[in-house]
Amino acid sequence: MLDRRECVRTLLAERGELLVVSGLGAPTYDVAAAGDSPLNFYLWGAMGGAAMIGLGLALARPRARIAVITGDGEMLMGLGSLATIGVKQPQNLAILVLDNRHYGETGMQASHTHYGIDMIGIAKACRFRETHAISQEREFAGARRLLHAAPGPVFIQAQVRQEEVARVLPSRDGNEIKLRFLEAVAKLDKV
Amino acid sequence: MDQTVDQQATWPDAIHAQFRRARIRQVGYVPDAGHSRLIQRCIEDPDITDVVLTTEEEGVGLVAGATLGGERAALLMQSSGVGNCINMFSLIRSCGFPCLVLVTMRGEFAEFNPWQIPMGSITEDCFRLCGFLTYRIDHPDDVDEVVGAACDMAFAGNVPIAVLLSQRLIGRKVWSK
Repeated sequence: MLDRRECVRTLLAERGELLVVSGLGAPTYDVAAAGDSPLNFYLWGAMGGAAMIGLGLALARPRARIAVITGDGEMLMGLGSLATIGVKQPQNLAILVLDNRHYGETGMQASHTHYGIDMIGIAKACRFRETHAISQEREFAGARRLLHAAPGPVFIQAQVRQEEVARVLPSRDGNEIKLRFLEAVAKLDKV
Repeated sequence: MDQTVDQQATWPDAIHAQFRRARIRQVGYVPDAGHSRLIQRCIEDPDITDVVLTTEEEGVGLVAGATLGGERAALLMQSSGVGNCINMFSLIRSCGFPCLVLVTMRGEFAEFNPWQIPMGSITEDCFRLCGFLTYRIDHPDDVDEVVGAACDMAFAGNVPIAVLLSQRLIGRKVWSK
Protein backbone atom coordinates (compact mmCIF):
# COMPACT_ATOMS: atom_id res chain seq x y z
CA MET A 1 0.00 0.00 0.00
CA LEU A 2 1.18 3.47 -0.90
CA ASP A 3 1.44 6.67 1.08
CA ARG A 4 -1.00 8.94 -0.72
CA ARG A 5 1.04 12.12 -0.29
CA GLU A 6 4.20 10.47 -1.53
CA CYS A 7 2.29 8.99 -4.45
CA VAL A 8 0.89 12.33 -5.61
CA ARG A 9 4.15 14.18 -4.94
CA THR A 10 6.12 11.64 -6.95
CA LEU A 11 3.68 11.48 -9.83
CA LEU A 12 3.44 15.28 -10.05
CA ALA A 13 7.19 15.96 -9.70
CA GLU A 14 8.55 17.97 -12.64
CA ARG A 15 5.03 18.21 -13.99
CA GLY A 16 5.79 20.91 -16.52
CA GLU A 17 2.61 22.20 -18.12
CA LEU A 18 0.38 19.39 -16.85
CA LEU A 19 -3.13 20.67 -16.03
CA VAL A 20 -4.57 19.05 -12.91
CA VAL A 21 -8.16 18.75 -11.73
CA SER A 22 -8.43 17.45 -8.15
CA GLY A 23 -11.49 15.79 -6.67
CA LEU A 24 -12.96 17.12 -3.44
CA GLY A 25 -11.62 16.05 -0.07
CA ALA A 26 -8.26 14.39 0.42
CA PRO A 27 -7.17 14.43 -3.26
CA THR A 28 -7.47 18.23 -3.29
CA TYR A 29 -5.28 18.38 -0.16
CA ASP A 30 -2.82 15.87 -1.67
CA VAL A 31 -2.47 17.89 -4.86
CA ALA A 32 -2.03 21.11 -2.86
CA ALA A 33 0.56 19.39 -0.63
CA ALA A 34 2.54 18.35 -3.71
CA GLY A 35 3.01 22.06 -4.46
CA ASP A 36 0.40 24.68 -5.17
CA SER A 37 0.18 25.67 -8.83
CA PRO A 38 -2.12 27.93 -10.81
CA LEU A 39 -2.44 24.99 -13.20
CA ASN A 40 -4.39 23.14 -10.49
CA PHE A 41 -8.16 23.33 -10.51
CA TYR A 42 -9.14 22.27 -7.01
CA LEU A 43 -12.63 21.01 -6.34
CA TRP A 44 -14.31 21.51 -2.99
CA GLY A 45 -17.67 20.14 -4.08
CA ALA A 46 -19.45 18.95 -7.23
CA MET A 47 -18.82 15.37 -6.15
CA GLY A 48 -18.74 13.02 -9.12
CA GLY A 49 -17.80 15.77 -11.57
CA ALA A 50 -14.00 15.70 -11.63
CA ALA A 51 -13.57 13.32 -14.57
CA MET A 52 -16.03 15.28 -16.71
CA ILE A 53 -14.24 18.55 -15.98
CA GLY A 54 -11.13 16.74 -17.17
CA LEU A 55 -12.91 15.69 -20.36
CA GLY A 56 -14.16 19.20 -21.16
CA LEU A 57 -10.66 20.52 -20.62
CA ALA A 58 -9.05 17.74 -22.67
CA LEU A 59 -11.39 18.38 -25.61
CA ALA A 60 -10.85 22.14 -25.42
CA ARG A 61 -7.06 21.81 -25.27
CA PRO A 62 -6.05 18.81 -27.32
CA ARG A 63 -2.37 19.71 -27.17
CA ALA A 64 -2.28 19.98 -23.36
CA ARG A 65 -1.98 17.03 -20.99
CA ILE A 66 -4.73 16.75 -18.39
CA ALA A 67 -4.64 14.73 -15.17
CA VAL A 68 -7.68 14.21 -12.99
CA ILE A 69 -6.64 13.17 -9.49
CA THR A 70 -9.52 12.02 -7.36
CA GLY A 71 -10.66 9.52 -4.75
CA ASP A 72 -12.51 6.23 -5.01
CA GLY A 73 -15.72 7.70 -3.57
CA GLU A 74 -15.72 10.65 -5.96
CA MET A 75 -15.00 8.40 -8.94
CA LEU A 76 -17.71 5.96 -7.92
CA MET A 77 -20.22 8.79 -7.99
CA GLY A 78 -19.31 9.55 -11.60
CA LEU A 79 -18.88 6.08 -13.07
CA GLY A 80 -21.06 7.01 -16.04
CA SER A 81 -18.49 9.62 -17.00
CA LEU A 82 -16.00 6.82 -17.65
CA ALA A 83 -18.34 5.58 -20.39
CA THR A 84 -18.68 9.13 -21.73
CA ILE A 85 -14.88 9.49 -21.82
CA GLY A 86 -14.63 6.08 -23.45
CA VAL A 87 -16.82 7.31 -26.31
CA LYS A 88 -14.66 10.38 -26.95
CA GLN A 89 -11.28 8.61 -26.46
CA PRO A 90 -9.28 11.72 -25.48
CA GLN A 91 -5.62 10.87 -25.95
CA ASN A 92 -4.51 13.64 -23.60
CA LEU A 93 -6.55 12.69 -20.52
CA ALA A 94 -5.40 10.59 -17.58
CA ILE A 95 -7.34 9.78 -14.42
CA LEU A 96 -5.55 8.84 -11.21
CA VAL A 97 -7.79 7.42 -8.51
CA LEU A 98 -6.32 7.40 -5.02
CA ASP A 99 -8.12 4.38 -3.70
CA ASN A 100 -8.17 4.03 0.07
CA ARG A 101 -11.40 2.03 -0.15
CA HIS A 102 -13.08 4.43 2.27
CA TYR A 103 -14.88 7.75 2.51
CA GLY A 104 -12.22 9.57 4.52
CA GLU A 105 -13.97 12.91 4.66
CA THR A 106 -17.12 11.56 6.28
CA GLY A 107 -15.69 9.21 8.90
CA MET A 108 -13.93 6.40 7.02
CA GLN A 109 -16.98 4.41 6.02
CA ALA A 110 -16.16 1.61 3.59
CA SER A 111 -16.64 2.40 -0.09
CA HIS A 112 -17.64 0.02 -2.86
CA THR A 113 -14.01 -0.72 -3.73
CA HIS A 114 -13.59 -2.08 -0.20
CA TYR A 115 -16.13 -4.74 -1.14
CA GLY A 116 -14.22 -5.69 -4.26
CA ILE A 117 -15.86 -3.52 -6.90
CA ASP A 118 -13.21 -3.44 -9.61
CA MET A 119 -12.68 0.05 -11.00
CA ILE A 120 -9.92 -1.11 -13.34
CA GLY A 121 -12.39 -3.57 -14.80
CA ILE A 122 -14.94 -0.78 -15.23
CA ALA A 123 -12.39 1.49 -16.90
CA LYS A 124 -11.33 -1.34 -19.23
CA ALA A 125 -14.94 -2.03 -20.11
CA CYS A 126 -15.31 1.70 -20.85
CA ARG A 127 -12.51 1.44 -23.44
CA PHE A 128 -9.79 3.22 -21.50
CA ARG A 129 -6.66 2.61 -23.52
CA GLU A 130 -4.37 2.18 -20.54
CA THR A 131 -5.54 0.82 -17.20
CA HIS A 132 -3.13 0.10 -14.42
CA ALA A 133 -3.27 -0.52 -10.68
CA ILE A 134 -0.29 0.30 -8.49
CA SER A 135 0.34 -0.57 -4.87
CA GLN A 136 4.13 -0.37 -4.51
CA GLU A 137 6.63 2.45 -4.81
CA ARG A 138 8.65 0.65 -7.46
CA GLU A 139 5.64 1.09 -9.75
CA PHE A 140 5.81 4.90 -9.57
CA ALA A 141 8.02 5.24 -12.65
CA GLY A 142 5.61 3.31 -14.84
CA ALA A 143 2.64 5.22 -13.45
CA ARG A 144 4.41 8.53 -14.12
CA ARG A 145 4.89 7.58 -17.74
CA LEU A 146 1.23 6.64 -18.05
CA LEU A 147 0.01 9.80 -16.33
CA HIS A 148 2.19 12.21 -18.30
CA ALA A 149 2.80 10.64 -21.67
CA ALA A 150 0.87 7.51 -22.64
CA PRO A 151 -1.85 7.98 -25.26
CA GLY A 152 -5.10 8.08 -23.34
CA PRO A 153 -7.58 7.78 -22.01
CA VAL A 154 -5.48 6.48 -19.12
CA PHE A 155 -6.87 5.14 -15.85
CA ILE A 156 -4.56 4.53 -12.89
CA GLN A 157 -5.78 3.15 -9.60
CA ALA A 158 -3.27 3.81 -6.81
CA GLN A 159 -3.93 1.70 -3.77
CA VAL A 160 -3.15 3.94 -0.85
CA ARG A 161 -3.24 3.35 2.88
CA GLN A 162 -6.41 4.05 4.75
CA GLU A 163 -5.26 6.88 6.95
CA GLU A 164 -6.06 10.45 7.76
CA VAL A 165 -3.36 12.84 6.69
CA ALA A 166 -2.99 16.45 7.81
CA ARG A 167 -5.06 18.72 5.59
CA VAL A 168 -3.27 21.10 3.28
CA LEU A 169 -5.86 23.62 2.27
CA PRO A 170 -5.72 25.60 -0.96
CA SER A 171 -8.08 28.48 -1.65
CA ARG A 172 -11.76 27.65 -1.33
CA ASP A 173 -12.83 30.55 -3.53
CA GLY A 174 -14.01 28.95 -6.76
CA ASN A 175 -13.81 32.19 -8.71
CA GLU A 176 -10.25 32.77 -7.60
CA ILE A 177 -9.20 29.22 -8.48
CA LYS A 178 -10.84 29.56 -11.89
CA LEU A 179 -9.36 32.97 -12.73
CA ARG A 180 -5.91 31.92 -11.62
CA PHE A 181 -6.14 28.80 -13.77
CA LEU A 182 -7.39 30.71 -16.83
CA GLU A 183 -4.63 33.28 -16.47
CA ALA A 184 -1.95 30.59 -16.17
CA VAL A 185 -3.27 28.72 -19.21
CA ALA A 186 -3.35 31.96 -21.21
CA LYS A 187 0.32 32.50 -20.34
CA LEU A 188 1.18 29.03 -21.64
CA ASP A 189 -0.38 30.02 -24.96
CA LYS A 190 1.83 33.11 -25.23
CA VAL A 191 5.10 31.24 -24.73
CA MET B 1 -41.98 3.37 -29.13
CA ASP B 2 -42.75 6.96 -28.52
CA GLN B 3 -41.83 9.55 -31.09
CA THR B 4 -41.86 13.28 -31.39
CA VAL B 5 -44.45 14.47 -33.81
CA ASP B 6 -42.63 16.95 -35.90
CA GLN B 7 -39.08 16.11 -36.92
CA GLN B 8 -39.50 18.37 -39.93
CA ALA B 9 -39.72 21.61 -37.94
CA THR B 10 -36.74 23.79 -38.77
CA TRP B 11 -36.44 25.86 -35.59
CA PRO B 12 -33.62 23.61 -34.30
CA ASP B 13 -31.55 24.83 -37.26
CA ALA B 14 -31.92 28.38 -35.92
CA ILE B 15 -30.50 27.21 -32.58
CA HIS B 16 -27.59 25.58 -34.37
CA ALA B 17 -26.96 28.79 -36.32
CA GLN B 18 -26.90 30.74 -33.05
CA PHE B 19 -24.44 28.21 -31.58
CA ARG B 20 -22.18 28.88 -34.55
CA ARG B 21 -22.54 32.64 -34.19
CA ALA B 22 -21.66 32.37 -30.50
CA ARG B 23 -18.65 30.15 -31.35
CA ILE B 24 -19.85 27.31 -29.16
CA ARG B 25 -17.38 24.46 -29.56
CA GLN B 26 -18.69 21.72 -27.28
CA VAL B 27 -22.25 20.49 -26.97
CA GLY B 28 -23.16 17.93 -24.32
CA TYR B 29 -26.44 16.09 -24.58
CA VAL B 30 -28.48 13.12 -23.55
CA PRO B 31 -30.39 11.63 -26.49
CA ASP B 32 -33.79 13.28 -26.66
CA ALA B 33 -36.55 13.26 -29.25
CA GLY B 34 -37.26 16.99 -28.97
CA HIS B 35 -33.58 17.84 -29.48
CA SER B 36 -32.92 15.17 -32.09
CA ARG B 37 -32.64 17.48 -35.09
CA LEU B 38 -30.38 19.93 -33.22
CA ILE B 39 -28.23 17.05 -31.96
CA GLN B 40 -27.84 15.86 -35.54
CA ARG B 41 -26.83 19.36 -36.69
CA CYS B 42 -24.21 19.51 -33.95
CA ILE B 43 -22.84 16.06 -34.81
CA GLU B 44 -22.52 17.09 -38.46
CA ASP B 45 -20.79 20.39 -37.63
CA PRO B 46 -17.00 19.98 -37.86
CA ASP B 47 -16.47 22.97 -35.54
CA ILE B 48 -18.52 21.44 -32.74
CA THR B 49 -17.45 18.54 -30.56
CA ASP B 50 -20.57 16.64 -29.57
CA VAL B 51 -20.44 14.74 -26.30
CA VAL B 52 -23.12 12.17 -25.58
CA LEU B 53 -23.61 11.90 -21.81
CA THR B 54 -24.92 9.06 -19.68
CA THR B 55 -26.69 11.54 -17.40
CA GLU B 56 -27.22 15.28 -17.52
CA GLU B 57 -25.03 16.28 -14.57
CA GLU B 58 -22.00 15.07 -16.49
CA GLY B 59 -22.67 17.97 -18.82
CA VAL B 60 -22.22 20.51 -16.03
CA GLY B 61 -18.69 19.23 -15.46
CA LEU B 62 -18.10 19.31 -19.21
CA VAL B 63 -19.09 22.99 -19.37
CA ALA B 64 -16.74 23.83 -16.51
CA GLY B 65 -13.86 21.96 -18.15
CA ALA B 66 -14.51 23.50 -21.56
CA THR B 67 -14.52 26.97 -20.01
CA LEU B 68 -11.26 26.29 -18.17
CA GLY B 69 -9.81 25.28 -21.54
CA GLY B 70 -11.00 28.48 -23.20
CA GLU B 71 -13.95 27.04 -25.11
CA ARG B 72 -17.66 27.76 -24.99
CA ALA B 73 -20.07 24.91 -24.39
CA ALA B 74 -23.83 24.35 -24.34
CA LEU B 75 -25.98 21.63 -22.85
CA LEU B 76 -29.10 20.05 -24.29
CA MET B 77 -31.46 18.19 -22.03
CA GLN B 78 -35.05 17.35 -21.29
CA SER B 79 -36.84 18.90 -18.31
CA SER B 80 -36.60 15.60 -16.42
CA GLY B 81 -32.81 15.84 -16.62
CA VAL B 82 -32.67 19.22 -14.90
CA GLY B 83 -33.28 17.63 -11.52
CA ASN B 84 -30.27 15.40 -12.07
CA CYS B 85 -28.02 18.46 -12.31
CA ILE B 86 -28.90 20.35 -9.16
CA ASN B 87 -25.89 19.63 -6.96
CA MET B 88 -23.54 19.85 -9.94
CA PHE B 89 -24.87 23.33 -10.71
CA SER B 90 -23.02 24.43 -7.56
CA LEU B 91 -19.91 24.26 -9.74
CA ILE B 92 -21.36 26.94 -12.01
CA ARG B 93 -22.35 29.19 -9.14
CA SER B 94 -19.28 28.67 -6.96
CA CYS B 95 -16.86 29.42 -9.77
CA GLY B 96 -18.88 31.86 -11.89
CA PHE B 97 -18.78 29.73 -15.04
CA PRO B 98 -21.00 30.76 -17.94
CA CYS B 99 -23.63 28.11 -18.63
CA LEU B 100 -26.18 27.81 -21.42
CA VAL B 101 -28.76 25.04 -21.18
CA LEU B 102 -31.48 24.32 -23.75
CA VAL B 103 -34.32 22.36 -22.27
CA THR B 104 -37.09 20.54 -24.09
CA MET B 105 -40.09 20.64 -21.78
CA ARG B 106 -42.24 17.71 -20.82
CA GLY B 107 -45.09 17.47 -18.38
CA GLU B 108 -46.67 20.85 -19.12
CA PHE B 109 -48.82 20.71 -22.27
CA ALA B 110 -50.82 17.77 -23.58
CA GLU B 111 -48.62 15.39 -21.62
CA PHE B 112 -49.64 11.73 -21.87
CA ASN B 113 -47.19 10.40 -19.30
CA PRO B 114 -47.99 11.35 -15.69
CA TRP B 115 -44.42 10.48 -14.65
CA GLN B 116 -43.14 13.51 -16.60
CA ILE B 117 -45.25 15.96 -14.64
CA PRO B 118 -43.48 16.08 -11.24
CA MET B 119 -40.20 17.31 -12.74
CA GLY B 120 -41.67 19.24 -15.66
CA SER B 121 -43.78 21.33 -13.31
CA ILE B 122 -40.80 22.44 -11.19
CA THR B 123 -38.10 22.76 -13.87
CA GLU B 124 -38.21 26.54 -14.11
CA ASP B 125 -38.29 26.99 -10.33
CA CYS B 126 -35.31 24.66 -9.96
CA PHE B 127 -33.29 26.75 -12.40
CA ARG B 128 -34.17 29.94 -10.55
CA LEU B 129 -33.20 28.43 -7.20
CA CYS B 130 -29.88 27.40 -8.74
CA GLY B 131 -29.17 30.97 -9.84
CA PHE B 132 -30.12 30.64 -13.52
CA LEU B 133 -32.05 33.10 -15.62
CA THR B 134 -34.74 31.44 -17.70
CA TYR B 135 -36.21 32.31 -21.08
CA ARG B 136 -39.20 30.47 -22.39
CA ILE B 137 -40.14 29.90 -26.02
CA ASP B 138 -43.63 28.92 -27.17
CA HIS B 139 -43.52 29.89 -30.85
CA PRO B 140 -41.08 28.83 -33.58
CA ASP B 141 -40.73 32.43 -34.79
CA ASP B 142 -39.14 33.41 -31.47
CA VAL B 143 -36.45 30.74 -31.41
CA ASP B 144 -33.74 32.58 -33.31
CA GLU B 145 -34.00 35.84 -31.37
CA VAL B 146 -34.42 34.33 -27.94
CA VAL B 147 -31.64 31.76 -28.30
CA GLY B 148 -29.37 34.48 -29.67
CA ALA B 149 -30.16 36.64 -26.66
CA ALA B 150 -29.50 33.70 -24.34
CA CYS B 151 -26.09 33.08 -25.94
CA ASP B 152 -25.20 36.74 -25.36
CA MET B 153 -26.39 36.61 -21.76
CA ALA B 154 -24.38 33.45 -21.11
CA PHE B 155 -21.09 34.36 -22.76
CA ALA B 156 -21.05 38.16 -22.61
CA GLY B 157 -23.29 38.73 -19.60
CA ASN B 158 -21.62 35.75 -17.91
CA VAL B 159 -24.78 34.49 -16.24
CA PRO B 160 -26.07 30.94 -16.21
CA ILE B 161 -29.15 30.79 -18.37
CA ALA B 162 -31.67 28.15 -19.39
CA VAL B 163 -33.90 28.35 -22.46
CA LEU B 164 -37.08 26.38 -21.96
CA LEU B 165 -38.46 25.08 -25.25
CA SER B 166 -42.07 24.54 -24.37
CA GLN B 167 -43.93 21.36 -25.06
CA ARG B 168 -46.25 23.36 -27.24
CA LEU B 169 -43.34 24.41 -29.43
CA ILE B 170 -41.90 20.93 -29.68
CA GLY B 171 -45.21 19.30 -30.43
CA ARG B 172 -47.24 16.71 -28.64
CA LYS B 173 -45.66 13.39 -28.14
CA VAL B 174 -47.51 10.62 -29.87
CA TRP B 175 -47.67 7.31 -28.11
CA SER B 176 -47.65 4.34 -30.43
CA LYS B 177 -46.97 0.71 -29.69
